[in-house]
Amino acid sequence: MSAPRQKLVVVGNGMAAGRVVEELVTKSPGLYDITIFGAEPRVNYDRIMLSPVLSGEKEYDDIVIHDDAWYERHGVTLLKGRLVTAIDRTDKKVVSADGTALAYDKLLIATGSSPFVLPVPGADLPEVLTYRDQGDVEKMLRAAEKGGHAVVIGGGLLGLEAAAGLRARGMEVTVLHLMPTLMERQLDPSAGYLLERAVEARGIHVITHANTKAILGDGHVTAVRLEDGRDLPADLVVMAAGIRPNATLAKDAGLAVNRGVVVDDAMGTDDPDIFAVGECVEHRGVCYGLVAPLYEMAKVLAARLAGDGTAAYSGMAISTKLKVTGINLFSAGDFAEGEGREEIVLRDPARNVYRRLILAENRIIGTVLYGDTSDSAWFFQLLKDGSDVSDLRDTLIFGPAYAGGSPLDPTAAVAALPAEAEICGCNGVCKGTIVSAISEGGHATVDAVRSHTKASGSCGSCTGLVEQLLELTLGAAFQRNAIQPICGCSDLGHDEVRRLIVAHDLRSMPAVMQELGWKTSCGCAKCRPALNYYLLAAWPGDYEDDSQSRFINERVHANIQKDGTYSVVPRMWGGMTTPAELRAIADVAEKFAIPSVKVTGGQRIDLLGVKKEDLPGVWADLNAAGMVSGHAYGKSLRTVKTCVGTDWCRFGTQDSTGLGIRLEKFLWGSWTPHKVKLAVSGCPRNCAEATCKDFGVICVDSGYELHFAGAAGMHIKGTEVLCSVSSEDEVIEYCAALVQLYREQARYLERIYKWAARVGVDVVRAQIVEDHDKRKALFARFVTSQKFSQQDPWAERAQGRDAHEFKPLATLSLEDVA
Amino acid sequence: MDMMVSRWIDVGALSDIPRRGARVVRTPMGCIAVFRTEADEVFALDDRCPHKGGPLSQGIVHGRSVTCPLHNWVIDLASGEASGPDEGRVAAVPLRCEDGRLLLDLAHMASRAA
Repeated sequence: MSAPRQKLVVVGNGMAAGRVVEELVTKSPGLYDITIFGAEPRVNYDRIMLSPVLSGEKEYDDIVIHDDAWYERHGVTLLKGRLVTAIDRTDKKVVSADGTALAYDKLLIATGSSPFVLPVPGADLPEVLTYRDQGDVEKMLRAAEKGGHAVVIGGGLLGLEAAAGLRARGMEVTVLHLMPTLMERQLDPSAGYLLERAVEARGIHVITHANTKAILGDGHVTAVRLEDGRDLPADLVVMAAGIRPNATLAKDAGLAVNRGVVVDDAMGTDDPDIFAVGECVEHRGVCYGLVAPLYEMAKVLAARLAGDGTAAYSGMAISTKLKVTGINLFSAGDFAEGEGREEIVLRDPARNVYRRLILAENRIIGTVLYGDTSDSAWFFQLLKDGSDVSDLRDTLIFGPAYAGGSPLDPTAAVAALPAEAEICGCNGVCKGTIVSAISEGGHATVDAVRSHTKASGSCGSCTGLVEQLLELTLGAAFQRNAIQPICGCSDLGHDEVRRLIVAHDLRSMPAVMQELGWKTSCGCAKCRPALNYYLLAAWPGDYEDDSQSRFINERVHANIQKDGTYSVVPRMWGGMTTPAELRAIADVAEKFAIPSVKVTGGQRIDLLGVKKEDLPGVWADLNAAGMVSGHAYGKSLRTVKTCVGTDWCRFGTQDSTGLGIRLEKFLWGSWTPHKVKLAVSGCPRNCAEATCKDFGVICVDSGYELHFAGAAGMHIKGTEVLCSVSSEDEVIEYCAALVQLYREQARYLERIYKWAARVGVDVVRAQIVEDHDKRKALFARFVTSQKFSQQDPWAERAQGRDAHEFKPLATLSLEDVA
Repeated sequence: MDMMVSRWIDVGALSDIPRRGARVVRTPMGCIAVFRTEADEVFALDDRCPHKGGPLSQGIVHGRSVTCPLHNWVIDLASGEASGPDEGRVAAVPLRCEDGRLLLDLAHMASRAA
């Protein structure tokens, strides 16, 4: 007669617990007398397949892992709907909510995790659900039957699957996500951008940077209120903002608990008879929420319980897939860039494909795949095995089908096309037309082919194909377009990028980088400020400024000096000031011990040597005296110099001071490709030096002479005459229209005089002076853009915006360091 | 022989630094720039460009590099080396990120003070 079997009690009946029991009863049957307490009134089912149940692609019965017969067959007792409330470690027994007490020899804690419910007002309303178990799915399905609006809080894996399911059930769905891109923990911004587009394409509205403030409703949910004041109608709210390990039971029993139940490599807790697996545990400081590591833990523990003293869990590489039909994405490993690390990026904008491999020492350490994930298993295996990929390197990104093959001839695919194959979809131009334009028409450049055939003249996405046809037809005689690329991250020039941003309706930096095939994942210090400006200029009020892509001066609204201090120049409208303003400036200089006070060439006062952390205080004091930022640091309107005009001067012909102030008040705050300086002189003696400015006005008896495209910096250049007008209103209109044309056409860091020389002074003049409709349209676009740019950046920051910019992260004392 | 025992001090949270950004830790031996990349990697360097001492913490962070705000030198965040034709190196300070907290190795600092 053998000894009585040891009693194994399992708390929790989720996937990890189920796998432990399954391993035990199949590999070591009869070893334990097993009893499972399940809080849910169900058998063990595949929780990660709840999304297809929600969307209607599967039934609950399809996802059951162990049915009732299974438990019976293996002699396992399952107590359904029985929540364990206490562990008595002295008497070695567990107690459930209904009073059931059961003794154990070995205890397994597998209590899983709970959805995190945002602690906002209204979170306790009945239509606010979480997404964790089959019960939640049933509640969502009942809510979806009534239709209406669903708001899902959280744009991670779970939130997006819930959103897709509810949308498939016919609800209007909005996803709120706190971060700038979806699934930011698993995806880089490029893949996050593609995902957002795909989610939007199935009719789900996505709001990023969305901070939920409250859930509104009197007894029933009616809306979700955001921090920015927007109210979104809602009949159902699903919280999918993350999970927390369920470790309370273990903690109450006195076991070691941090975020989760602390376990060693053998899945043991600090009590030798108590083990834990699954989402409730913390192993080497990590809590897991994906199934693969949980199954691995289960396997290790089952082996241990069966007497294998060597089985150990040592953490593992994890991968993520989104289970939404029609959206394919995959990520695994570490996808940060770095020294010694190389990235291989493949983007196919037309097919919405993005692939990125991160290599270190000739091994794959991370991968992000979007669109075509068919090779994910192959890449993941190479990653897990740490395989040396040197030999595959040239074709690695194309997947196993090309592994180790010779690199493809890039023109082979185009060469294989028949003459009637369409190359330019926008203008319906086929290959034969282009080839004959090249071979018979003698058009030897992309521009020539474009103007002759219209191929690549609209959206531009076939430019590469046209180049390849030139290369095929002309051979070595073809010289690639000599366009200077914007930087090493792209082959496209500034003009092409600007055109494509508008043509393709690209509204974010990840969108530009993906659709235009950027060769790096997050750009560089050359392209990012340029793209930020182009997006801002193209989409006023819509594009959100990316301060991390701005040069420091524009990020902190002051000019950095050689010692790391800053200079501050408040606006003096038209160069006019008052005793009160001067007094305030003097007070600020003394209060903050500002070492230098200098009169600038632009008729203003510069406070030099301000410590960064003093900037908000300096601005607050200047604001209090009515002064605002002078934008002396920006690619934007700097200053409008004036003379005293008819106010005082015996030669003055017009109110040059008043006009200068009007111009400055109209134009300030607008971002431009480079700095913009203006001047208004009251008579042709030109005391304000208007004829070396970006835009200058010379007042004469009959009205105003308008000048543009002057410079007095590295290059000295007198202005060109634009035209003469007779009223101040016209001066404003012509000037704003010219600045807007410059904003729309110039390349980043190109001054007005360089832009005008490039496109032609006459061409500029014709658009502003002769084309009245165009001028008025430009003026209207400038006015629209200004609606979003005339907030004083100093006042915003004096009130606390971007506070992190102005405070050290920490200040260590001598004692800290000694 | 330079034997140092690491001494880690908490200087703040990862979330205190914007992605593709940096913050400064002030010490009696000078400022240290703590960087956070797009991919949430963190690095610490002396806040002085090897060229003319520019505050690297104020530069644009891209990939695993920062561009100095004074004269556009590009410095590798991991090694502190200037890239391209420029030559020079700034000292890197050991930094760890644990459970969202940033820890600097002060033993490194003290050894420099000595």
